[in-house]
Amino acid sequence: MTAANGYHTKKRLENPPSTVKFKIQRRERDGAPIYWETFELQYRRNLNVISALMEIRKNPVTVEGKKTTPPVWDMSCLEQVCGICTMVIDGRVRQSCSALVDDLLLASGSDTITLQPMSKFPNIRDLKVDRSEMFEHLKRVHAWIELDGTYPLGPGPHIPNELAQQRYALSRCMTCGCCLEACPQYGDGNYIGPQAIAQARLFNMHPVGKTTIEERLNGLMDDDGITSCGNAQNCVKVCPMNLPLTKAIYETNRDITLNALFGWLDE
Amino acid sequence: MSSNQLKIAIVGGGLAGLAAAMKIAEAGYDVDLISVVPVKRSHSVCAQGGINGAVNTKGEGDSPAKHLDDTVYGGDFLANQPPVKRMCDMAPEIIYLFDRMGVPFSRTNEGLLDFRRFGGTLHHRTAFAGASTGQQLLYALDEQVRKWESAGKVTKYEGWEMLSLILDGNRVCRGLVAMNLQSLELKAFKADAVIMATGGPGLIFGKSTNSQTCTGSAVSACYQQGAKYANGEFIQVHPTSIPGEDKLRLMSESARGEGGRVWVPKKPGDTRNPSDIPESERWYFLEEKYPAYGNLVPRDIATREIFQVCLDGYGVGGQNQVYLDLTHIPAETLTRKLGAILEIYEMFVGDDPRYVPMRIFPGVHYSMGGLWVDYEQRTNIPGLFAAGECDYSIHGANRLGANSLVSCVYGGFTAAPAAIDYAKNVVRGDADSGAIYEDEVRKQQEINDSIIKSSGTENQYKIHEELGKVMTDNVTVVRYNDRLKATDDKLLELMDRFKHISINDSNLWATQAVPHARQLWNMLQLARVITLGALNRNESRGAHYKPEFPERNDEEWLKTTIAEFSDEAPVFSYEPVDVSLITPRKRDYSKGKAAK
Repeated sequence: MTAANGYHTKKRLENPPSTVKFKIQRRERDGAPIYWETFELQYRRNLNVISALMEIRKNPVTVEGKKTTPPVWDMSCLEQVCGICTMVIDGRVRQSCSALVDDLLLASGSDTITLQPMSKFPNIRDLKVDRSEMFEHLKRVHAWIELDGTYPLGPGPHIPNELAQQRYALSRCMTCGCCLEACPQYGDGNYIGPQAIAQARLFNMHPVGKTTIEERLNGLMDDDGITSCGNAQNCVKVCPMNLPLTKAIYETNRDITLNALFGWLDE
Repeated sequence: MSSNQLKIAIVGGGLAGLAAAMKIAEAGYDVDLISVVPVKRSHSVCAQGGINGAVNTKGEGDSPAKHLDDTVYGGDFLANQPPVKRMCDMAPEIIYLFDRMGVPFSRTNEGLLDFRRFGGTLHHRTAFAGASTGQQLLYALDEQVRKWESAGKVTKYEGWEMLSLILDGNRVCRGLVAMNLQSLELKAFKADAVIMATGGPGLIFGKSTNSQTCTGSAVSACYQQGAKYANGEFIQVHPTSIPGEDKLRLMSESARGEGGRVWVPKKPGDTRNPSDIPESERWYFLEEKYPAYGNLVPRDIATREIFQVCLDGYGVGGQNQVYLDLTHIPAETLTRKLGAILEIYEMFVGDDPRYVPMRIFPGVHYSMGGLWVDYEQRTNIPGLFAAGECDYSIHGANRLGANSLVSCVYGGFTAAPAAIDYAKNVVRGDADSGAIYEDEVRKQQEINDSIIKSSGTENQYKIHEELGKVMTDNVTVVRYNDRLKATDDKLLELMDRFKHISINDSNLWATQAVPHARQLWNMLQLARVITLGALNRNESRGAHYKPEFPERNDEEWLKTTIAEFSDEAPVFSYEPVDVSLITPRKRDYSKGKAAK
């Protein structure tokens, strides 16, 4: 956004509170009951949700003064490129490393930030979930290029820059799970979800990938396949990498139709 | 036993680990791949700028020989040269392989791979996928390994952390013990060869550009069990990172590669907005001092210059930061070529780098040092190999930008056949009796139990903070012997206090506390290797700079530092460097490379 002096800067939180509260949905292990605990921290500029959790784990005492176990969460790159730290913050699924406290307080107008684990994946403990099903989806759609071999064979095919840019956009998927959390169709194994469909599209767009398009599309033809997309378009709204998910879904739908109609005409 | 029943364990699922896994599976052998996080989330994903290879599609007359010379010169002649030559020779075919794997590299008008210029070279030899190249390369290898996983050749153990090697009576490596990070269950992984590919130890310095998984813990465990650790004192501090609470976020060298300019106001403490400071009042100090390489001088040089400029009071607003300015480049170009890293800056700092100059400062980034390996990636422990950032080869005293990605893949591609060859041909004793596996599991369980039972007043996260602070203050850009000695004393104090920690988590299920405690102990051990290695080396070379000994001293110090574990302190020895291909010459970037 552009300020009056031509500078492009984000809106700053003026008059920050002296402390910030974190209300965390907790659970000791899968199957145990859910409970809530709230922690209070000194406010600091540039605090993000993960640096706050790191502060809490040093000395986990609730606002009521009760000594408790440290909340557990996933973290790795801290710069929104690995996809590990997804959680639901103030009701919205997002990466926690880039959830800046200033922005959250500005948006909510409150001094409390709520943290919950994603609901669509098995909860391991506190804010940590098991997203291995997302990697299983990738096997279903054969999300790879079939190479002749890894020995030297020179460069790959010429690819126009525009196609390379489109593929680049889809290649940014970091398997974070935001799209599946937000998708109303996803859950209980009903639907493979936008993540896998977009990855299938990534490989179907590639000249060599296209040669195995049928195997890839087969992974999307069951009842829980692409036909379960209800076009809610929540996925594109929450994707932190701005993947053109709905575009990938309708292009794949078109591929399936063409393949069904004309597949038998392949020479 | 048919050789196809051989099993090779790979620890670490980044570029080096996945490259090795792919080659081994393709050759028909089984792989156990152990990683603390799902492999797609490995730290390789953070690499931004690109991968080097002398493909020579820019009409510059580039060649692997020039790449070799740039790398050896950039490393201040500390690297053994033959493996560097092999890497530079292999680099173009590595890039082409990634191309065939479907990596969406940025392209030229003709649809060929595009290449940009990077630090320490005058040639465009860095292939790139926007500004997030590490992510796309990692994902390509992840995809290929998933294919092999589907075919039953690779078994992944994600969410497991290696604790120790299993060595038999002859000190031969027979596998490793790893811990499940959810249940804390320990398991012995029998293997005919083990490849370490666990990356760097940035977390020893507290804040760095590294991910939270980069503790160096696994290689420290190998070192404590007898593996030689080489050139530990050579730690790269990247010139341009974004200061932060929890991490120093990398601002890729590619920003300078695309024309970004480093400057400070000529007037110290100038508080004007940068756009209000005219050209004549700006000090482009790198361009002024190094006319040939300008803003793309190698990292150690850029870091020292930025550090010194701030020390002398010229930092922006009197603080430890300088400007990295992209505002003179068209916004559309910036978005296309550097979009990913500009987003990171805007997200965490709030300013849009296309219109406001970025504020950056050097940050710990990479370790040139690592496990000692021979030219086939074999460590000194039979059956144990290493590849990628966790081995010491290739980069000498300073790594050139965009050489890491290629060295990781080269290392994995070299370790794989070497590990297969070893596994097939070595005559082993009767370790299959099982005792050595159970014994090591029991030993590791006892260590875990003692940590869980420990009830002192020390806090492991506080100890880690103190470790990071003392290492960052004394063992990074500028080193003084008295402060290095004081650092080792502090490390001994921290190790003593570690024995009195009490983990503050009574719920052991998926706890972070026990793994962190294990990592912390190993970080303290490795920190001594780094600190004392720096203390011993009385010269300045590459990233290692001592004002008390400001010159490079080939006569006394053209040698590899080797550290071996003993209970008292690391034991140091040295071995000569193989400079058989290029004779060492003075390293001076102010005029363009000195002629050979």
